[in-house]
Amino acid sequence: MVYWKSVSEFLAMGGYGLYVWTSFIITALSMVWEILALWRRRVAALAESRGITRSLE
Amino acid sequence: MKINWSKYSAPLAFYPLAGKMIPWFGTVAALTIAVGLYIGLLVAPTDFQQGEAYRIIFVHVPAAWMSMFLYVVMAGWAAVGLGLNARLSFMMTQAIAPTGAMFTFLALVTGAMWGKPTWGAWWVWDARLTSELILLFQYAGVMLLRTSIDDQRRADRASGVCALVGVVNIPIIYFSVQWWNTLHQGASVSMTAAPKMAAIMLTGMLLMTFGFWMYSLAVILSRVRCVILERESVQFWSKLSSVAEVAEVR
Repeated sequence: MVYWKSVSEFLAMGGYGLYVWTSFIITALSMVWEILALWRRRVAALAESRGITRSLE
Repeated sequence: MKINWSKYSAPLAFYPLAGKMIPWFGTVAALTIAVGLYIGLLVAPTDFQQGEAYRIIFVHVPAAWMSMFLYVVMAGWAAVGLGLNARLSFMMTQAIAPTGAMFTFLALVTGAMWGKPTWGAWWVWDARLTSELILLFQYAGVMLLRTSIDDQRRADRASGVCALVGVVNIPIIYFSVQWWNTLHQGASVSMTAAPKMAAIMLTGMLLMTFGFWMYSLAVILSRVRCVILERESVQFWSKLSSVAEVAEVR
């Protein structure tokens, strides 16, 4: 049971669209950014440790 | 089945265990957040007082709850680290801080987005907002203290003490809406009274909170693995006897 009657009504959010969508988008972007930053950190840490492993072999 | 928990307090043993848990927490987080967004944005009816602006609640409250909850967990690990002098506990403190800071930032930003249309101001210096802003500075303090001290053990202890002392702010944030006359509204959900919101709205909010919690677990476990790699590299890899074992752990 979707509450909205049309897509434009959904996007307008009763005139509060700017505030509602900014909130949701900033939250989503922050979480995606955190995941990407962690992925890069992991790649860097693994590259570093690979050098160490090689030196031990 | 008897599990030897102390075995997993060693970073070397915890590393692969964390790696196995991450996809599960990540999947549960993605599914729960998807259903939470569906309910919050599409199914839940409008709020008769605040109109559609109230929908910010579906990210604001989960972010704010996580900001406080993660601080308590971070301080808990700091206490264990200080008490038992356990490396992995301090690593957990180190891994939790950035995610906690991010949720604090999000609680403040989404709060501003909610404040502007409902109060007419992005920011007011009321007790709830001010104490939450202080929480952001506390997370920053815990992180900066670590990076500013070169000696790893001293950095652990200093940031651990900082995290532990700062926990007094958590009840202040939580009860600020009762103790002071704040512009910020009181609690809609509490442990002692029936929720002051419609069941469908509450369901959406709790699903989003659970999703953010599972997301935090996945992200924090990923970060603690990075921390282990960065801090323990030499001891870590030299303990693994074969190349095959190294490949398996990764």
